[in-house]
Amino acid sequence: MGEGDGRVFTMSGIKRDHSRFRDIVRGKIRENLKKFISNGEMIGRKGNDKVSIPVPQIDLPRFTFGSNQGGGVGQGEGNPGDPVPGGEPQEGDGEGKAGQNEGQHELEVEVSMEELAEMLGKELQLPNILPKGSRDVTSKSHKYTDIHTLGPQSLRHFKRTYREALKRQIASGIYDPKNPVIIPIKQDMRYRGWAETPRPQTNAVILYIMDVSGSMGDEQKEIVRTESFWLDAWLRSQYKGLTRRYIIHDATAKEVDEDTFYRVRESGGTLISSAYKLALEMLKKDYPAADWNIYVFHFSDGDNWSGEDTKVCLDLLADEMLPIVNQFAYGQVESRYGSGQFFKDLLERFNDNEKIVSSRIADREGIYESIKHFLGAGR
Amino acid sequence: MARLKPLSKELQDWRDHIRAKAVAAGLDFFEVTYEVVDAGEVNEIAALGGFPQRYPHWRFGMEYDRLAKSYTYGLSKIYEMVINTDPCYAYLLTSNSLMEQKLVMAHVYGHSDFFKNNQFFAHTNRRMLDEMANHAVRVRLHQEKYGVDTVEEFMDACLSIDNLIDLHGAAIRRRRKESDGSEDPSKQVQKIQAKSYMDKYVNTPEYLEGQKQRIRAESEAEKRFPENPERDVLGFLLENAPLADWQQDCLSIVRHEALYFAPQGQTKIMNEGWASYWHTKLMTEGILTDAEVIDYADTHSGTTAVQPGGLNPYKLGIELFRDIEERWNKGQFGKDWEDCDDYLAKQTWDKKTLKGREKIFEVRKLYNDVTFVDTFMTEDFCRRQKLFTFAHNERSGQNEIESREFAKVKQQLLAQLTNFGQPIIEVVDANHLNRGELLLKHRHDGRDLKSDYADHTLRNLFKLWGRPVHIETALEGKSVHVGFDGKEVTKKEF
Repeated sequence: MGEGDGRVFTMSGIKRDHSRFRDIVRGKIRENLKKFISNGEMIGRKGNDKVSIPVPQIDLPRFTFGSNQGGGVGQGEGNPGDPVPGGEPQEGDGEGKAGQNEGQHELEVEVSMEELAEMLGKELQLPNILPKGSRDVTSKSHKYTDIHTLGPQSLRHFKRTYREALKRQIASGIYDPKNPVIIPIKQDMRYRGWAETPRPQTNAVILYIMDVSGSMGDEQKEIVRTESFWLDAWLRSQYKGLTRRYIIHDATAKEVDEDTFYRVRESGGTLISSAYKLALEMLKKDYPAADWNIYVFHFSDGDNWSGEDTKVCLDLLADEMLPIVNQFAYGQVESRYGSGQFFKDLLERFNDNEKIVSSRIADREGIYESIKHFLGAGR
Repeated sequence: MARLKPLSKELQDWRDHIRAKAVAAGLDFFEVTYEVVDAGEVNEIAALGGFPQRYPHWRFGMEYDRLAKSYTYGLSKIYEMVINTDPCYAYLLTSNSLMEQKLVMAHVYGHSDFFKNNQFFAHTNRRMLDEMANHAVRVRLHQEKYGVDTVEEFMDACLSIDNLIDLHGAAIRRRRKESDGSEDPSKQVQKIQAKSYMDKYVNTPEYLEGQKQRIRAESEAEKRFPENPERDVLGFLLENAPLADWQQDCLSIVRHEALYFAPQGQTKIMNEGWASYWHTKLMTEGILTDAEVIDYADTHSGTTAVQPGGLNPYKLGIELFRDIEERWNKGQFGKDWEDCDDYLAKQTWDKKTLKGREKIFEVRKLYNDVTFVDTFMTEDFCRRQKLFTFAHNERSGQNEIESREFAKVKQQLLAQLTNFGQPIIEVVDANHLNRGELLLKHRHDGRDLKSDYADHTLRNLFKLWGRPVHIETALEGKSVHVGFDGKEVTKKEF
């Protein structure tokens, strides 16, 4: 391996370390390190917006200072009481790493959403989605909307033939406006032909449903927001045309726009069936299952009003929802007030059904796993 | 295996030109060997701390992961990497523009001069490339013999305490005094010589008693092990913990590397400031072509830009060096200056002493970040640089500006820099409770330890010591004794 000559570096060394690190993070080896894994984030930029990129990290325990001690020193404008300008400063490299990364300079470079989605896909090892449309060939209808130069006499297109002849005669100077006699020749003949109706571009619709009852707090909504951002980014990279619809519900459900979806502060009780009913209505009306790839994501804290209502939900899912969707995903955000019962009920009824995926998201750290779970199946 | 590419003719010419300028300016450096690498390679090398060979461990994989993502997501791009060795090795990114390569080369000569001359680096092993490779071989051999997981786990335990070193001691000192069983004459009360009839007046009862007490105290001290609190915890464990040979070797490797990197942690502000000062000087005095000036200004301002709310060490370092140079050029130092109360007089003070350049060379030799800031940061500097202290506001959940008062800013900064930001922890008793248990003491300075981390670190310490381990510290204002006995962590207030 060339130990004597320190300047030749062994590619295998760092690759091996990297692969080991990834295996540890995935829990495949060194389970005793699992408790030190945190899913940190880097803040990247997309245009003027900040984007969060999950970066797993193993923090070896050390004797070190607690992080919210005494603040620090900064530089810039502002008065006492003002927030530190520009946002949260980075934690220093003081944990014994200082000096290892001597002389690193930072430059900023723009990164597109497509690239981000690609990174996410690679990071979580997401398989590419198989669009529904491509499987279905036989139900195409043929319409005679095309023009061919060859065909049976029964399909002659009079007007087009005439036009071609006229063009030819004018071009070669034969045409006499005082004596307009058009005699088509073989090359002028035009016939109707059938054409494949252009298949609709693989289309997808995502239906986001969020429980906004009293038990879903700001923190829970923030988690939903972050998770949907990433689900969105990934799905948009897989489908050219992506439509998103939003439903919020407490004891009643209604459709809203994206902004409202994330901001609203309802606080009623919870009737999940109201949301499922509205969702089914929308889907049946606007998105015929044959042409659309349908994804439904429902986020809630799992605290439905009654076992009866839950039964209604489960039946709706089984009888009407699951047959038409590519995937139904249920994300349960943990909340102090929610009982988390719905998750268990879902699991009980649909444990074997491939079309339903559900996960529990305890906190921000759980988002990573949850996304992987939802998108890992490649549907 | 990749052979690193040699410099192109054009770069070689520029390197020689810049080198000559650096020498002419008075820089005294280890010769620098530049290697050109591509982005993938530089991330790999950087992940290994700049050394092509490191012992196998996931931590390098983790660093690589972060760097590669950082690069891929467009967050940062390393375009310079230099290590403290003789000769000095520096890596240039192949995709850098010529202007950037020139900037990097000038910057690196600054770093090399700093490594060579700053006194805190004097003890470091300049042949570290070979040493690192040697460490790698040793750990790999242990892994082959005892298993990857076993060795890696043990390394994790050692790394867990790699900040518990004595920055001032590089050698392992013998501590235990051998006892041969004979009576030590100094342990017996020595009477003052006197004739027998004078004896009871010369060797009075009080005197004899005093002597007995002194001897007793000394015996106590000697029975205490270690006699004095030991800052070099890693060294102490190497000497006294029941470790197998391979474990001793691993611990020794971790300790050597920690000691090697320690001065870099103590001089980050100065080192970056010094290198930035010189790349600015050299670049703007004859290395930049007119065509490159704009690009240079853009890049340079990028590296010394103030990150919002954060303190950029490059900027602080370079500004402080510049301030020192100006002050020593103008005679703005010394008793007269310190005592002067007249603000206007101070602003226009110019004795034309012209000792600025000489002074900064002296400073880069003798100071570290703590003494650098302590000695040279003035109130005026603090104001001009718009420094402030900030604190976390529980209610709003964000960091908020607290004060621009000079004394507070300086004190906060010094506190952060002391002991390169690490808590001061010593071994005070290796025979705690007379049961061979290990007791550490945290010299509390107002900042609590991270409690959950401390608990886990004790567990790691137990793996090394083999018997129960304890630490005395304070949490939320109360003195607390935390211990791990092999089964559970216990906390007791006292």
